Amino acid sequence: MDLLRFITAGSVDDGKSTLIGRLLYDSKSIMIDQLAALEKQSKNKELGEIDLALLTDGLRAEREQGITIDVAYKYFSTPKRKFIIADAPGHIQYTRNMVTGASTADLAIILIDARNGVVEQTRRHSIITSLLQIPHVVVAVNKMDLVNYSQDVFNNIVIDYAEVARSLELKDVTYIPISAVHGDNIVEKSSKLAWYEGPSLLRFLEEVEIQKDINLTDARFPVQYVIRPQTPELHDYRGYAGKIISGIYRKGDVVTVQPSGLQSTIKAIELGGKEVEEAFAPQSVIIHLEDDIDISRGDIIVKTDNQPKLSQELEVFLCWMDNKPLVPGNKYWLQLNSRVVRSVVKNIEYKLDVNTLQKEYGVTSAGLNDVIRATIKTASPVPYDTYKSLRENGGAILIDETSHVTVGACMIQ
Amino acid sequence: MSKYRLDYLDHLESEAIHIMREVAGQFERPALLFSGGKDSITLVHLALKAFRPGKFPFPLVHIDTGHNFPEALEFRDRLVEKIGERLIVRKVEDTIKAKQLTEPKGKFASRNALQTYTLLDTIEEFKFDACIGGARRDEEKARAKERIFSVRDEFGQWDPKLQRPELWNTYNGKIHKGENVRAFPISNWTELDVWNYIRREKIELPSIYFAHEREVIEHEGQLVAVSEFIRLDDTDRVVVKKVRYRTVGDMTCTAAVESSATTIDDIINEITATKTSERGETRIDDKVSEAAMEDRKKNGYF
Repeated sequence: MDLLRFITAGSVDDGKSTLIGRLLYDSKSIMIDQLAALEKQSKNKELGEIDLALLTDGLRAEREQGITIDVAYKYFSTPKRKFIIADAPGHIQYTRNMVTGASTADLAIILIDARNGVVEQTRRHSIITSLLQIPHVVVAVNKMDLVNYSQDVFNNIVIDYAEVARSLELKDVTYIPISAVHGDNIVEKSSKLAWYEGPSLLRFLEEVEIQKDINLTDARFPVQYVIRPQTPELHDYRGYAGKIISGIYRKGDVVTVQPSGLQSTIKAIELGGKEVEEAFAPQSVIIHLEDDIDISRGDIIVKTDNQPKLSQELEVFLCWMDNKPLVPGNKYWLQLNSRVVRSVVKNIEYKLDVNTLQKEYGVTSAGLNDVIRATIKTASPVPYDTYKSLRENGGAILIDETSHVTVGACMIQ
Repeated sequence: MSKYRLDYLDHLESEAIHIMREVAGQFERPALLFSGGKDSITLVHLALKAFRPGKFPFPLVHIDTGHNFPEALEFRDRLVEKIGERLIVRKVEDTIKAKQLTEPKGKFASRNALQTYTLLDTIEEFKFDACIGGARRDEEKARAKERIFSVRDEFGQWDPKLQRPELWNTYNGKIHKGENVRAFPISNWTELDVWNYIRREKIELPSIYFAHEREVIEHEGQLVAVSEFIRLDDTDRVVVKKVRYRTVGDMTCTAAVESSATTIDDIINEITATKTSERGETRIDDKVSEAAMEDRKKNGYF
């Protein structure tokens, strides 16, 4: 059994919460007491139906306003897979939430209301999906019941969306007609959509191949913590603790530590207290080197024959996430995995309209939910990969030096 | 390539170890909050994997309400001795005396809310800048939006609207003096994941998790153990039932479930078949209001 993380993009009107409620309900992840609480709250229910959308509205503040203000995480499993849903709201003012939820997702479900087809919001969600490089996309055409389960309606949406997917270079796109309210094509295939030959949504989520998404070629090991017991028995023990974010490491591998450039050889790898010959992403291990060289948190151990780029100037797509606007020249901490360096946003090249992909040049600042193309200069060299080539080592956050808040998400280009 | 495929429990384990090491790497004075329940026992197991053969870079901290199950306390002491790590115990009883707090009254007078005072005092006493806890997002709606690194102000307060966005596997642990972070390594685990992990790793648990005979009263459909901490009324009928605990909190606010499960396998079978959530079935304190947890978290509760 493995693990799939996905994000659902869409607004309440698209039936997103109902879809999630349906997945939880039909996979029997909702318990009686939770259902009872739901029934109590379902005031507007028609014909005694419970409002599945209420399942995903967590906080009282949200229930009162009938909105979702933040990313909520939901869990369910089937005998084949464990699923983690990042439920991000779809309103324009909440781009930052979708970016946050998308950053760890293996797959995005983009909901389209069959009556409306591809709309501005669909484009926005798709652009963010593309910016964040989510490997798989499911276009769930919802509310098929309201268009008489029409194959023509579905086909036209597929044709429209294929154009969006092509322009954004989305690679793996699957289209599924559904009705979340009635459960059509959610868990079981629906007889009302007999013309559709593909799998139900849940079947697809269970079977989509995600193992290939883990990069086992470019070995990267950011050091989080150095273990040095310094006891009489373990006087010389010095282990580098961290998570292999990509690739495979073996005993005897010739490695380089960046940014120092020092070389050594892997003497031993420990996994859960046992020595192993090799370890791979995303395992958390302890690595020992042959040579006693200076390594600390923030360094990255890579194989000498496959190295990341090293630079003090980064070209990034930056999603701004703070109420206080970004002003070029301001200093921030940049954190890439365990490495934190001081940095300055030097220059904004353009602002990207996340609804149309249009570039706006000559902008001098960025506000909440803006996506910009910018250059960041760092106080010391940062070993990185481009976000496109290796998501795990190409995404960095910006932290405000005075408020300590996470203010930006950088996809290094 | 199938030899490089990991089971979902391996993914969850690695993520949890990574989070613990981030706490160790980013903070000067972290602590691990240990309640004696299965989730915090799982945290200790994960910490052993994250830091051995070194010592834990943090002490275990137990906020003792005085209403514990004796079996849980006995287990705590045995575990601490076995792993040779430091345990700090601070008692709610002492806070009540020192601060002249008012004890809740009633049939199941719970100190659950009062333990927040002791926790905040303890954080201040030891200047802890990060506290690792075993909360999970699947436990409750208000927890579903919790960050893995959750920043609390000087009063321990959680503001759901001001949570930092958390991207990739990058955790921002920068804080101001006086603030602290609550870190939740098993955020993404469900109750069943924890049990499956306990089974796989053969983690030892206090005996009350397994079926045993106990004197209980039935109260609004829940079975509450007879103890000196609850008030028995004339209408209560004390019966002996075979029960186990699905969560282990205080004797005043944790209900037992009828069960004959004596092994982890039995328990997993029962949980798989159950129709009621963990908190709904066993926590007397969450039913007070729809937003009970949200309110308590805002006030500094875990």
